[in-house]
Amino acid sequence: MKTFTRVRKPHATHPAQEPRNATRPADTSPEQRRAAMARRIEVSDLDIYYGDFLAVRQVSMEIKANEVTALIGPSGCGKSTFLRSLNRMHEVIPGARVEGRIVMDGQDLYAPHVDPVAVRRQVGMVFQRPNPFPTMSIYENVLAGMRLNARRLSKSDADAIVERSLRGANLWEEVKHRLDKPGAGLSGGQQQRLCIARAIAVEPAVLLMDEPCSALDPISTAAIEDLIQELKTDYTIVIVTHNMHQAARVSQETAFFNLEGVGLPGQLVEMSSTKKIFSNPDNAATEAYVSGRFG
Amino acid sequence: MSTTTTERGTGRPARQRGDVVFAGVAKGAGVLILLALAGVTFFLTFEGIPGLTGDDSVYSGKDGFLSYVWPLVYGTVLAALIALLIATPLAIGVALVTSHYAPARLARPVAYTIDLLAAIPSVVYGLWGINFLAPRLVPGYQFLQEHVSWLPFFAGPTATTGRTILTAGIVLAVMILPIITAISREVFLQTPKLHEEAALALGATRWEMIRTAVFPHARSGIVSAVMLGLGRALGETMAVAMVLSATGVVTFNLISSVNPSTIAANIALQFPESSGERVNVLIATGLVLFVVTFAVNFAARSIVARGQIKG
Amino acid sequence: MTDQLTTTESPSLDSEPPVQLTVPLSHPRLPRWAPLAALAFSVAAAGVLGILLGWGLVAIASFATVLNVVAITGWSRAVENARAAKDRLMTALVWTSFAIALVPLLSLTWTVLAKGLPQLTGEFFTGTMRNVIGEGGGIQHAIVGTLLITLGAAVISVPVGLMTAVYLVEYGGDSRLARWLTFLVDVMTGIPSIVAGLFAYALFQLIFGPGIRMGFGGSIALSLLMIPVVVRSCEEMLRLVPADLREASYALGVPKWRTILRVVIPTSLAGIVTGVTLAVARVAGETAPLLIIAGKTDSVSWNLFSDAPMMTLPVFTYYSYTQPGIPASFGQERAWGAALVLILIVMALNLLARYVGARFSPKKAR
Repeated sequence: MKTFTRVRKPHATHPAQEPRNATRPADTSPEQRRAAMARRIEVSDLDIYYGDFLAVRQVSMEIKANEVTALIGPSGCGKSTFLRSLNRMHEVIPGARVEGRIVMDGQDLYAPHVDPVAVRRQVGMVFQRPNPFPTMSIYENVLAGMRLNARRLSKSDADAIVERSLRGANLWEEVKHRLDKPGAGLSGGQQQRLCIARAIAVEPAVLLMDEPCSALDPISTAAIEDLIQELKTDYTIVIVTHNMHQAARVSQETAFFNLEGVGLPGQLVEMSSTKKIFSNPDNAATEAYVSGRFG
Repeated sequence: MSTTTTERGTGRPARQRGDVVFAGVAKGAGVLILLALAGVTFFLTFEGIPGLTGDDSVYSGKDGFLSYVWPLVYGTVLAALIALLIATPLAIGVALVTSHYAPARLARPVAYTIDLLAAIPSVVYGLWGINFLAPRLVPGYQFLQEHVSWLPFFAGPTATTGRTILTAGIVLAVMILPIITAISREVFLQTPKLHEEAALALGATRWEMIRTAVFPHARSGIVSAVMLGLGRALGETMAVAMVLSATGVVTFNLISSVNPSTIAANIALQFPESSGERVNVLIATGLVLFVVTFAVNFAARSIVARGQIKG
Repeated sequence: MTDQLTTTESPSLDSEPPVQLTVPLSHPRLPRWAPLAALAFSVAAAGVLGILLGWGLVAIASFATVLNVVAITGWSRAVENARAAKDRLMTALVWTSFAIALVPLLSLTWTVLAKGLPQLTGEFFTGTMRNVIGEGGGIQHAIVGTLLITLGAAVISVPVGLMTAVYLVEYGGDSRLARWLTFLVDVMTGIPSIVAGLFAYALFQLIFGPGIRMGFGGSIALSLLMIPVVVRSCEEMLRLVPADLREASYALGVPKWRTILRVVIPTSLAGIVTGVTLAVARVAGETAPLLIIAGKTDSVSWNLFSDAPMMTLPVFTYYSYTQPGIPASFGQERAWGAALVLILIVMALNLLARYVGARFSPKKAR
């Protein structure tokens, strides 16, 4: 709780402090800073509702820091809904609500005085379809998280953040000569990496990815998967995927979601190390799913 | 275990102040519009009431408000009906051209051309009507008087200037054509492709397809388009004020020099030279017009809204 | 329905050789150029007949129109069949209605151009009607008035309209207020312009006393007509912004109000500008409300808020034609000149709106 208010206050109530706050990332060495950033998340007894409809029931899991956790399961099992509840994005849909606890480093994300906006600054998100802002250039897209929050950046800091984020997203070499071109002009895979660069530019602790490769071709997918491997040294990553091979390739932990029938809530069936899930799962349904017998 | 509901309206204490202020401003703007609408009703009523019970002298020779406003209401409705009778079939035809007949490449420019008609200021229509259209209609009126004068509408004698209620109706028809066309076109285009193709697959000609697939689907849309056109025709001021040579009678004769006036035109013509209670009388007639057009538009929009829920 | 047809039909086609088909697939058809030929024939016939009988142009055109419809229908009836003939008839009628709709547009454009163009001299734009009797004079005062009053209306309408649209799209949801607002804004688009003028007058009379004429009153009246148009077009444009973009912004930890101001509105800005420009074009030509509340004068007035009348182009046009003075010809000529200037302003705004809409809309992703 305390950490949150401290993070939020400088630009919410003391605009004068903003520049100092903004320069900090460029001063400290990346390794130092990032090692401290990745966080673990503990979810306990989570129910997610849309209005009266219970979409996801009684999920408890631990998401480890600096690891990639994959969420797999058949369509409609609530894995995307669960993912969106991790940074309170599901609230964007009217009537959606959550019961239970999601605790990140000792703070309950759903405690009464927590600002969802502050949560989202700590827990970034990459969406299924690449969605760069069409009115902004590549450069502005990367900085969108800062600029949209009215943080003033010096030109050199801004340049540093853009380069670092684009390098972090393996996109720098491809776009460094056309940073002022619209982001929408890139290929689908490049756009998705731009969105990842945009998400890591605000230096979140956790990165959520909602089927980030489902709209991309195999080559772009490979590029993103490589990137995910690199990013896990700095971030805690949770990825939803329909592609079992992808889950096996990129993740250390895998959680299998399932639902017992149409109209019934989805639930967490099994969570374990990826190796175990794909070789020797405890649950018969998991076995059936990962071996491709349904879903 | 802590239980938190995050639904809208349960009051999130941590919401940003900027969000609260911005949402308040947005809502305030909406409320302001409702207040303005209420204000229109209130101020017109407030200023109009004294006009309902004035001396006979303020009603230009008529005894009382009702006998003053009745010929105006009659003229308003008559001119609007003439306009509708002319504009509706034309508008449906033009809408069909842009939705089903014209090749795709032509449809957009055609629709845009018709939209241009809506952009022309009403005072220019008035100029055109009085100067260009009215004199050219006189031979037609004479023809009607000679051959079909047994119909009360064409009893004559023909106005030599051509500034009759029929001319005013024709000008109004041109002015409401774009709105009826635009809405009809929208609903025609919304016809499910599946229905159209089903009709064509059964061997229907294009017209049979339109009659069996497009029109049934578009019926409520056309009705509301016509009513919106009616609302516009009832309230249109300048074109009528300029074209019509009005004497304030109630007559079926459409082509003579003795014509009923309309509420809006009467206000425009009388207001600049009026003062005192006569202003209140005019505002009272304006209130009548407001109520009538509001009712027509309300009904039209209700039909549109109902159609949307159905579709 | 169609499934049934194909299943019942295809076996019979397969089993029987094509020669034995009882239903012939080819009917006698009119050639492709038939409608054009019928039109040409009708125009020629009506022309010859008209010249022989000494008809006017209008009579010839009307006769040609009717003849064309009859000719193509009759021809089709004779060669094709009754159903095809009906189809031809309706096609001809539909295109005829379009042609009729074009007549007023063309004749109006021609009349205004022919009568208005000779008036557009330097003096016409720089002069006023102060102390002008008979020839000469200009419309500077009316142009100034129209620009100021319309600008005032835009300054009132755009914030109110845009914020209302933001409320409807982003905050209102399915609330009772939002539903009523949507509905009443639609109804408001049908308020007669003269009623808006009366409203402004009634309001200002209570404040400033009877007989008030004020430019700002015109702005109030026009904004009442303009707001619903702005709300509708802005609402439409804001709804077009994909939810992806809002979510991307929220996910970056951007509060909702900043998302709206910095992402949603900029993305739809071109459409909003187009809508606002069209709304301005619409009210710039309004006459009736200004006749009531802005009044008429012969001199330039730069102050929207002074307790004095303010001339506008539509009102100038109206009075120049209906009260031209003596001799009447000069006043009426000025009326046509002012009408042309008014149309040019309105059309320029329309073209500008289309241009902005086409040129500056953000490129679609993918």
